[in-house]
Amino acid sequence: MNSVLADKRAIAILLGPALLVYTLITMVPVVWSFVLTFFKGNPLQGFDFAGIQNFQRLFTDSYVHDAFWFTVKYALLTSIGQVVLGYGLALLYMFVLKKSSSIVRTLVFFPVVLPTVAISLLYQKLFQSAPNDGLVNELLVNVGLSGVDWLGAGDTAFIVIIIMDVWRSMGFYGVLIFSGLLDIPEDIIESARMDGARFWSLFRHIILPMSLPILFASAIFSINGTVKVFDSVFALTGGGPGNSTTPLTLYMYRTAFQYSDYGYGSTIALLLTIMCLLITLLLFRSSRRDNTL
Amino acid sequence: MTELTAPLSSRRRASDNPVVKLAKRIPAFLVIVFLILITAYPLFWMVINSLKGKSDFLDNPSYALPEVWMWDNYARAWEVGNLGTTITNSIIVTIPSLVLIVILGTAAGFALEVMIWKGRGGVLLYVLAGIMIPGQMIILPLFTTFFSIGLVGSLWPLIIIYTAGGLPLTIFMMATYFRAIPREVFEASTLDGASILRSFRSVGFPMVRNAVLTVAIVQFFLIWNDLLIALIFAGQRKLNTIQVGLLNFSGEYGAIDYGPLFAAICITVGGILVLYLFLNQRIMKGLAAGAVKG
Repeated sequence: MNSVLADKRAIAILLGPALLVYTLITMVPVVWSFVLTFFKGNPLQGFDFAGIQNFQRLFTDSYVHDAFWFTVKYALLTSIGQVVLGYGLALLYMFVLKKSSSIVRTLVFFPVVLPTVAISLLYQKLFQSAPNDGLVNELLVNVGLSGVDWLGAGDTAFIVIIIMDVWRSMGFYGVLIFSGLLDIPEDIIESARMDGARFWSLFRHIILPMSLPILFASAIFSINGTVKVFDSVFALTGGGPGNSTTPLTLYMYRTAFQYSDYGYGSTIALLLTIMCLLITLLLFRSSRRDNTL
Repeated sequence: MTELTAPLSSRRRASDNPVVKLAKRIPAFLVIVFLILITAYPLFWMVINSLKGKSDFLDNPSYALPEVWMWDNYARAWEVGNLGTTITNSIIVTIPSLVLIVILGTAAGFALEVMIWKGRGGVLLYVLAGIMIPGQMIILPLFTTFFSIGLVGSLWPLIIIYTAGGLPLTIFMMATYFRAIPREVFEASTLDGASILRSFRSVGFPMVRNAVLTVAIVQFFLIWNDLLIALIFAGQRKLNTIQVGLLNFSGEYGAIDYGPLFAAICITVGGILVLYLFLNQRIMKGLAAGAVKG
């Protein structure tokens, strides 16, 4: 019987095209990019062999240093924000809104599907300070504080980026974690309640421990996405002012397409890929444990 | 006593009193109002500002309603923002990519999960590796190649890259869905003389129709909202996708023409809103299923 399902020709016809496209457009370029890290130049002017110069430069380049730490700081803070607020939302859906949570869930999820560019432009206007104040500064002025030039300084621009990315994806993590909470057996919660457990101790001793796997998986998903941040930063601040909000992805883009240094660009991309690889290994280890995938 | 009459609704004594009960709902109610406010108000704010004239925007608070409702902003946004072209480009790129991803990805998922052969575990792992690879690691060789064979200047690079980029996650998801169908179903269908290819087409594919829609939704948003690949391969004005077009419009006119810029953002958001109104439950489930692709 198995001979039908082991038909070599059928396997080749079904799998061949996908494997060919994937290999040519993803895996070959990855290897090619890796080779490029040992060269200097670009397609128009040609390439010169550079040995390990690009790697030496990578470890001493203060821009890479800044971009790396920006990426790490951004990824950690945004992921914490997304998971903590997402968990808050999930608990709200589960224990407060219960059956009627569908409308709120649907509404809070909506920003997730919106184009990043559109959201970034909207946030530019919300946090605008010149020529006239945007909504946020108007609110600050109305409660007696002074307006802030949000996107004019690195620290405040960083805050705006994080607020924006948490705002637009907390609904997603709310739904993701909510679906994990649904797996907690209801009778466990019920029987603890019958024993007279108050919400706080119910939460601390039963709900929180039982939601740790889904929280952990969500955190990894989140870091996996945030470490590759490009669109929202590119459209909101363009990496500025100066280089103060430039993540590795954007620095790589600039190196390759503005300074036409493909070799060094590939080296930065390799650093990024290694970061993603490490995160993915974590992801698969965690998913094997709790079957969230 | 209450335990007997309403064992589920009143487990705590204090909540027997209706006033206390109501008071207890207030914090939750406030949280919900706050949530709706921070989600919906920025979008509402965007709509009212898309209808304001320039002096209205500069002279009055941004939360005020427009003095004169400038519907004309939308016409100008459409024209100056080149929206007709950019939306068309996005559609031209997205639809073929989605069709290719679904067909190639489902077939590959079937071959990897239902068919029995040596080495499929290794191949699946090889494909899965693609999920983590950032776009930055592949764009330089691709740009070099597409440039030298003369494809830069058309929308082909986008279609090709989006298709390849969507495959790993799609194959992974489809393999997961096929795992839920017993192999006997396919074996039984081949007993009637159908080849396994035919059995894939007329039995396997229809059985995972819902999964196909889920996968298509995930990929639609990844492709439609992409900026990186589109910036590099669709930089020319006539090739701009909606995201690049919007960004360029903001760069050129955003500092002077607020109304039309807001209108252009509203148009972009509006199309997605309509889609979301019809498919929201599916979209939420689908995107959660594809969470691994951050």
